[in-house]
Amino acid sequence: MNASWLSVPLALLLAPLVLGVVNRTKAFFAGRTGQPLLQVYYDIVKLLRKGAVYSGTTTWVFRAGPLVTLAVLLTLVPMTPLGGQQAPLSFTGDIVVFCALLGLARFFTIVAALDTGSAFEGMGASREALFGALAEPALYLALAALVRHTGSAGLSDSFGVLSQRNWMAVDPAVVLVAVALFGVFLVENCRIPVDDPNTHLELTMIHEVMVLDHSGPDFAFVLWGSALRAWILGCLVAGIAVPALSSSPWVNVAVGVGGVLGLAVVVGVIESVMARLRMTVIPHLLVGSAALAATALLLGMR
Amino acid sequence: MTGVISGVIIWIIGGLLALAGGRRDRLSGWISAGALLAGAVPMLPAILAVLGGAPPLLLDARWSVPGGQFALRLDALAAWFLLPTVFLGVLAAIYGIGYLAGEGHHRSAGPSWFFFNLLVASMATVLMARNAVLFLTAWEVMALASFFLVTRDDEKESVRRAGWIYLVATHLGTAFLLAFFLLAARDTGSLDFQKWANVGSSVPSLASLMFLLALLGFGAKAGIIPLHVWLPEAHPAAPSHVSALMSGVMIKTGVYGLLRALTFLGDPPSWWGWMLLIVGVTSGILGVLFALAQHDLKRLLAYHSVENIGIIFMGLGLGELGLSLNLGWLSALGFAGCLLHVVNHALFKGLLFLGAGTVLKSAGSLEIDHLGGLSKRIPWTATLFLVGSVAICGLPPLNGFISEMLIFLGGFEAVAIGGASGVLTGLAVIAGLALISGLAIACFTKAFGIVFLGEPRSKAAQMAVPARHRWILRVPMLLLASACLGIGLAAPLLLPVLSGVISVVAPRSTVEPMTTTAAFLQKTVWAFALLAGLCVALAALRRRLLSGRTVGTSVTWDCGYARPTARMQYTASSFARPITILFDRVVRTQAELEMSPGLFPEKAAFATETPDSFLHTVYGRLFGTGARLIAGLRWLQHGNIHLYVLYIALTLLGLLFWMTR
Repeated sequence: MNASWLSVPLALLLAPLVLGVVNRTKAFFAGRTGQPLLQVYYDIVKLLRKGAVYSGTTTWVFRAGPLVTLAVLLTLVPMTPLGGQQAPLSFTGDIVVFCALLGLARFFTIVAALDTGSAFEGMGASREALFGALAEPALYLALAALVRHTGSAGLSDSFGVLSQRNWMAVDPAVVLVAVALFGVFLVENCRIPVDDPNTHLELTMIHEVMVLDHSGPDFAFVLWGSALRAWILGCLVAGIAVPALSSSPWVNVAVGVGGVLGLAVVVGVIESVMARLRMTVIPHLLVGSAALAATALLLGMR
Repeated sequence: MTGVISGVIIWIIGGLLALAGGRRDRLSGWISAGALLAGAVPMLPAILAVLGGAPPLLLDARWSVPGGQFALRLDALAAWFLLPTVFLGVLAAIYGIGYLAGEGHHRSAGPSWFFFNLLVASMATVLMARNAVLFLTAWEVMALASFFLVTRDDEKESVRRAGWIYLVATHLGTAFLLAFFLLAARDTGSLDFQKWANVGSSVPSLASLMFLLALLGFGAKAGIIPLHVWLPEAHPAAPSHVSALMSGVMIKTGVYGLLRALTFLGDPPSWWGWMLLIVGVTSGILGVLFALAQHDLKRLLAYHSVENIGIIFMGLGLGELGLSLNLGWLSALGFAGCLLHVVNHALFKGLLFLGAGTVLKSAGSLEIDHLGGLSKRIPWTATLFLVGSVAICGLPPLNGFISEMLIFLGGFEAVAIGGASGVLTGLAVIAGLALISGLAIACFTKAFGIVFLGEPRSKAAQMAVPARHRWILRVPMLLLASACLGIGLAAPLLLPVLSGVISVVAPRSTVEPMTTTAAFLQKTVWAFALLAGLCVALAALRRRLLSGRTVGTSVTWDCGYARPTARMQYTASSFARPITILFDRVVRTQAELEMSPGLFPEKAAFATETPDSFLHTVYGRLFGTGARLIAGLRWLQHGNIHLYVLYIALTLLGLLFWMTR
């Protein structure tokens, strides 16, 4: 088997582990025993075995929400390069397809939330729409800067270049791209300081509040989907920050997986040491990410 | 050419017959739509042949008007614009039969149908005209026909106002065009387009002046910011099938005119491309921001036309920049995105306006905050509107994504080329288009979500029922939605056709990239297939898992609150509020809160309104000052015809003196 195909089963199997690692890190910092490392797997299995309850207000759009979102993320899996390897589905212009598919997932998550007619889910949808609109330029610009610095046109090719020479050798400006992508990672995955996945007040949530009404298999889809989202965007951030420099593709894939899990530890540390930002400050974070990415792009003007 | 000409003649005859239909509204509707369909039959083979690479069709007849020549030419560029005009024209007319029927209007629908056919015929003539006099005549017929269509409900004050704003805006645009054509005629000594190659190259900066005149004149029709003010007035005032036609194809004649003018003007300096790009990014971002702040569904859609025209201009600017920088790839991708988005916008905006018309027929209102829960009452319209929404947001796998992807690819191409101009171009295109598409998602999740989902927010929405003649209303929308999906999936096949059109716009631009791009799009279609397969598989999985288990129905979880009401839901204004607050400097939403100051809550009221800041600040002041200055000359206008004849005689005398001087 080719090492590049390995990224697909690895993503499907290990994605929930990312959330598990974040939770264990937080438990370690708080001095708690914490939930088991594999808790997210248990949750998904448990939910898949349950029935479902739907609100009488909802229509097929509500049921389509988790389904389309998960299908989009599963489509993104073979497009995401892991450990600097060529992804199985890679082509010039895959960056645009990648970002637009994330937009499609956001569209359906938002309309599914609005379908319930709940004030809280409307609130979450409204916030998601704003932050998503600001995250989109940041993501596109970061990837454009990467294209500029690596001189290649596709997602896999850029990361492939990065894995041959680390970012210091390519151009130090690439580190700005990693920071910008990390900002997008935090927003898209609704982590602290943007959103607190463990909050217990609907008023303060973004992502969790949008999926309040999903239950059973639908919620299992949502949960697996958010794990995959963390994995996919994590692959992008880790692909820059932790270049896979070995000549063996197998070692590189292992480095890629290690990078994503290491990123999960970093997220856990951030969640342990800081509180979430005020809702009005979050746009600053996103505009800042976009500005960093634009700077990285401009630094490549030569 | 005979086929095309006979098609146009059938349209006009159909319009005249519809006029004779008198008060029998449905009869005149069927005559008019039938004529449009019958006229389309001989036209389509000619259009498709020209698009397929056949040589352009010509007609050159004498015309007794001074300087005029009845010169028509159907080349690939004209055919590319004509195809959506015919398609949407026929479908909007069919929809109109159902839409105008049983309206109980105080006046017969005959004139409205006459002007509808005249509008479609004049648009076709504008696209084919190769003589300045003929072009301007058709242009003026188009403006007047659409004016009378917009002002059908002229007993309403708002409609009369919208009509006036449109009439003024369109004639201001025509004034710039008149200047453009006169300069061209002076420079070449002819009013025929085929003699205008490299016009303006004799005098320094004449070409640039003419470019600016064309940008202003055609831009006013297309609706670029700040010349967009008539769109959000005229589109909501017009009947929905007319809005669909105007927004879908009529404003595109502005884009066509600019593209045609650019073919006359020779090699573009790079600032033309920059200017088009900046106009595009500005129109795109401001258009979608204003759209987000609207409460009226058709006003929202009208502002989205401004946004989409912005995207089209971004493609155009990229194309021109590519030409001036001698980057064939860049110009091919830019023009391809621009041209494909012209067609795509006609399809999904037509679909959305027709959907809005059905909402109005079913629920009696277009006020987004009074609607809700319509997807249970008019499920077909809801699903079709959802298709249009996904398409207009530029999301895969529908057509809007393909054209936006081409422009994005152009931006990435510019970035990869590097250098100051490459990186700056890429930055403007990528950042601008990404922000536009992100905000468009916010806007259309709002439009679709608040209108069709949740619980009804008013009695009227609660009582909404499918409109009468539902199949007449449904079939055009179904066809438009299928076209949206079709272009999304068949894009790799379309690109060779596009390369023929591009070679008219930019003869020097390399067309080879289109084959390479078609190869990428092939892979994109594979990704769509994977996505569709996964959706089906997951749906089957869920169905299997849930079979035999309890699937309950309950009320929506509202934080333990036991009796949720429809009034607790998020509204259009509350959904968009975080964004309008963030961009308050530009959008300037005015909020009004009425609350009693006492300790206990009593009746309160909250209202937001977002007037067009350009209309009220820039144009309000400009025209106010103008009116005050001109008021001094009012004594000249006294209504006495004898004295008016004297004015004419005096003018002629004065001109004679000036000539013999």
